[in-house]
Amino acid sequence: MSVAVLKTASSPLREFAASYARSHVAVVALILLLLILAVAICAPLISPQNPYDLAQLDIMDSKLAPGSKSGTGWTFLLGSDDQGRDMLSAIFYGLRISLGVGVFSTVIALAIGVAAGLVAAYGGGWTDAIIMRVVDLQLSFPAILIALILLAILGQGVDKIVVALITVQWAYYARTVRGAALVEKRKEYVDAAVCLGYSPVRIVLRHIMPNVLPPLIVVATVQVAHAIALEATLSFLGLGMPITSPSLGLLISNGFTHLLSGKYWISFFPGIALLLTIVAINLVGDQLRDVLNPRLK
Amino acid sequence: MIAFILRRLAQSLLALFVMSALVFVGVYAIGNPVDILINPQADQAEIARVTASLGLDKPVWVQYWHFLTAALSGDLGKSFASSIPAVQLILQRMPATVELAVVATIIAVVFGLPLGLWAGLKPDSFAAKSIMAGSILGFSLPTFWVGLMLIMIFSVWLGWLPSTGRGATVEVLGLHLSFLTWDGLKHLLMPATNLALFKLSLLIRLTRAGTREAMVQDYVRFARAKGVPERRVVSVHVLKNILIPIVTVVGLEFGSLIAFAIITESVFAWPGMGKLLIDSINVLDRPVIVAYLMIIVFLFIIINLAVDILYTALDPRVRVSGARA
Repeated sequence: MSVAVLKTASSPLREFAASYARSHVAVVALILLLLILAVAICAPLISPQNPYDLAQLDIMDSKLAPGSKSGTGWTFLLGSDDQGRDMLSAIFYGLRISLGVGVFSTVIALAIGVAAGLVAAYGGGWTDAIIMRVVDLQLSFPAILIALILLAILGQGVDKIVVALITVQWAYYARTVRGAALVEKRKEYVDAAVCLGYSPVRIVLRHIMPNVLPPLIVVATVQVAHAIALEATLSFLGLGMPITSPSLGLLISNGFTHLLSGKYWISFFPGIALLLTIVAINLVGDQLRDVLNPRLK
Repeated sequence: MIAFILRRLAQSLLALFVMSALVFVGVYAIGNPVDILINPQADQAEIARVTASLGLDKPVWVQYWHFLTAALSGDLGKSFASSIPAVQLILQRMPATVELAVVATIIAVVFGLPLGLWAGLKPDSFAAKSIMAGSILGFSLPTFWVGLMLIMIFSVWLGWLPSTGRGATVEVLGLHLSFLTWDGLKHLLMPATNLALFKLSLLIRLTRAGTREAMVQDYVRFARAKGVPERRVVSVHVLKNILIPIVTVVGLEFGSLIAFAIITESVFAWPGMGKLLIDSINVLDRPVIVAYLMIIVFLFIIINLAVDILYTALDPRVRVSGARA
């Protein structure tokens, strides 16, 4: 955001909003994203049924096509799964879990990565060498592989998948922050701060960090989408979320067996929800990056 | 240059050693495979016999030492489930995975480069905007879900393509290949497209971004001022400069394609090593998991090394900084 702030002293926020709104697609994506967030947060209030309260499920309603009426007379808008669970409600609850896991792991990974990157950049020497070797080693393998190894070792569970998602993300932030911080470190304002006798901790936290963080937050936005997709993939492979916390990936996986017999809706609609979430996040992140990138102005 | 290669080689060996220790210690912690492998009614003597025959009664570090010395001679233990050497089991499955990854790479490059160039050269045209929208979609769609939808459309609804397996194969130099038979090709098309989609989008975006940044650089302006025809500006000046990140990505992504093949293979029941890994994780077949991970780690280290060396050959700037670092 610092770029926009520097360019216009009059009304930076308005200028920022105006240049964001130049892309209508991005505006639609932002609205969609806010809607998805609202649905995820309010899932228990707006879902037609609580899909995990067994008392509300009727096995007679299983595998109904979208739009069918249940035995008790209300409509399954998006059909039902093999347990007679309303897919719409299952998706609302699934969104909650997927988004929660994605956002939470990204925030923690960002914090760890920023800390490690700043320590490496300002510490230099051995500290830098060790941290960056670990980062290099990890980044030379794809996220899915690292996550698979971890989950093969740790087993299933919400906590384990969060650990896996944090592990695959932190190194990326650490490398980016270190690069940016090394550039900042050579600038005059840091020399000035050193001359003023400020402590290294103060210089790093109050002077360098504010300058490296804004572009990184934009990256983190897009990373949330990656985390959500990765979690869904792992859950699909049967290594992610336990059956008690059905994320979107697990819903899709559950529908896979019914897909070949033509009952597409059990996999299809959770997939659409996943897709919309990821696309919305990516579009918003992309536009933020374009607006904030001085090289494209 | 030679010093650089030697240093990278030493780093690679260290990485291999570190990863082997991590993988071994990690997998050791999963659980006791004896519980799964033998009959629950078996008596203590039987359990002890199986444990001893698998070498599971020794301390971890002894097991690791045996593992390491054996691994150096290419022996990573026998599969608990099938008693076939784990390496052999994986190498049998490897051609299927590599074939899938190669075909996916070809699809991604053949479509990705021209589309990306087009989108970068005429960023405001309708075609460019459609290409970019498509690439965002390809980037965002989770691989496994696209696979499911492909199966739903082309296998269940249209009935054009088979949804599982490899189909008929032809043996060439001891390798079984699918793409040489019509049936095999039909089996290959969906999984390969599925696997390629992500890389295709990545290539489009990378090429476009590179092209857009290159087009406003001074050397392009200079070439134009010099009277170089536009086609030559694009095909020589621009392409040469954007090719470096692209070669890196195609190279590096080949390894990740093999890793991502785990997902595609699971969806399409493609009998490659990724599917073997997932099956092995589900039955805790420890030697196969370790062998798979070691082989893929080895593969990645080789690929990274090759890309690094290629990089220095393509871009003299890297050579200078690499020699100093």
